[in-house]
Amino acid sequence: MEAILRSLIDGLLLGFVYGIAAMGLTLIWGVMNVINLSHGSLISLGMFSLYFLFTGLGVHPYVAIVITAVLGLLLGMIIYAVAVHRIINAPHLSTLLATYSVNMIILGIGTAILTTSPYNVPFDLGSIKFAASVVPTTRLIAAIVAMLVAGGLYLFLQYSRLGRYIRAVTDNRDAAEIVGIPSAQILALSFGLGTMLAAISGALIATFFPFTILAGGAYELKSFVIGVLGGLGNPVGSLFGGLILGVIEGLVPLAMPTTWTPVLEFVLFVLILLVRPTGLFGGSE
Amino acid sequence: MKSLRQHTSLWLSLGAIILIGAWPLVTGSALSRETMFTVLRSVALASSLNILLGYTGYVSFGHVVFFGLGGYVGFYLIAAQGWNLWPAMLMGGLAAGLLAYLVGAAILRLRGAYFALATIGINEAVRAFINNFEPFGGPTGMTLNFKLYKVYGGPGAALQLSFYIMIGLTLLVVLLSYWVRVSKFGLGLLAIREDEDAAEIMGVTAPSAKTWAFVLSAIIPGMIGTVFFFKNGTIEPGLAFPLHTSIEMIVMIMLGGQGTVFGPILGAAGYEALRDYLLVSPLFKNLQLAISGILLLLIVLFIPRGLVGWLRQRYAKVRRWLI
Repeated sequence: MEAILRSLIDGLLLGFVYGIAAMGLTLIWGVMNVINLSHGSLISLGMFSLYFLFTGLGVHPYVAIVITAVLGLLLGMIIYAVAVHRIINAPHLSTLLATYSVNMIILGIGTAILTTSPYNVPFDLGSIKFAASVVPTTRLIAAIVAMLVAGGLYLFLQYSRLGRYIRAVTDNRDAAEIVGIPSAQILALSFGLGTMLAAISGALIATFFPFTILAGGAYELKSFVIGVLGGLGNPVGSLFGGLILGVIEGLVPLAMPTTWTPVLEFVLFVLILLVRPTGLFGGSE
Repeated sequence: MKSLRQHTSLWLSLGAIILIGAWPLVTGSALSRETMFTVLRSVALASSLNILLGYTGYVSFGHVVFFGLGGYVGFYLIAAQGWNLWPAMLMGGLAAGLLAYLVGAAILRLRGAYFALATIGINEAVRAFINNFEPFGGPTGMTLNFKLYKVYGGPGAALQLSFYIMIGLTLLVVLLSYWVRVSKFGLGLLAIREDEDAAEIMGVTAPSAKTWAFVLSAIIPGMIGTVFFFKNGTIEPGLAFPLHTSIEMIVMIMLGGQGTVFGPILGAAGYEALRDYLLVSPLFKNLQLAISGILLLLIVLFIPRGLVGWLRQRYAKVRRWLI
């Protein structure tokens, strides 16, 4: 019983971090119908941003996350302008390949400079007793930061002027343009926000796991699974999807070897795509 | 004479492959044979995927799953059951075709990006499953006992045989690709690509046409998988199901021109030549991936039809004979 509770807490804490990575992916999909295949490499860049700010410049990791978020926002807007804007109305193949080419460029330059050997942020805050289990403090803080980011994004989308613009463009881009919303800028902002979420999740993961430049790829695949669980285009659903995935990852090892987890995850992924492509929480199409 | 000219594209394609295949036989160097083996493999994989992606308009990001599964099934039959290469290769192709048939009936209902995501999911699910599947060696995979090559006249002769089979398979893919492109069945696929709902109204049975396109595009990659890993001598999940190989196939198709017969051949040969050049050049060696990425981005942004597609669009005369 205690083992179950411990795995459950571990999984839930990690689930929040997965959740905001997936939120970034699904926000971009919702606003502009683009599956961002550079998501994984952007998560990796978030990890390395934290690493260099901390080990190179001595910035406190949680301050570094804020800087990483701003850098992520800017990078995302640049990527949108260079690689996505021109083909935003082209068939899916074009945007899939364009974002994948960004992925190749980042990974190509990244592996040339950083190699693929693992890095580690030497940062430890000890552990605290939480319910029945002992959790590393960094993981607990990561979950709290993820919750704050998710909450902040929700408030931003729901109540700010720009957030309303984003929702308007999501619902109907043509109509939004007619009432005077600058859709190109809003699309760039949305892509920037999606990238920012990827970078934040990468930075949070870097505070407790070692990583390489290729590490983001695994989290990108998880983001796909979560995005589909929660409904592509539904950022709040992603947070719950993240929690579900976290719980699965926490509990499956109790019943069978850990290596079976990805089999279950991807079978679930394909099944949900087939049965409920709008996600567990989405309405019917 | 007229019928000859009617099929210019086919002769051009077959001629190109025979040239690629004959080159190492002329030079007699083992190195150029290995290079050309890789080129032929890329040509065959890209042309196979083109049947689904180019003609039918369904983007599979996980096509390497058929190569990997075919490779595993064939390799298992050779290494563990002592089968000969030929029947094992047929079984590899059958296994890939069967997977495509079963999976295709389900996921081909999805359109656009949802289909692309589902294919990634299937590739990852199969890879993760084989990682846990003990008869196939789990995460460490399987190796071939070198004594097995004796049946084929020793390791050297086995390599040579693999190369001949590869030429044969590539010619087969191109014949198939050309047949699909000019047949009525292919016309149905092209109609699905342009507008699936309209195609159904015009009498194309879309679900079965799509499924058969998927199966046709899967069988030969499965056979190639068996030959490739037979020649390689070992197989493991990381080698058999690399996601980036799927995407390289798409890049090759885009480079040459999707939906044409000659495009994927040109694209695959061009991509391999470029990669060879980048890998040996001291300046670009470490940046090979980044440069391929920039190239892909430029193609997607500025010439999305690929080289053959661009020529066809630009010159009306070319359109008459080059597909």
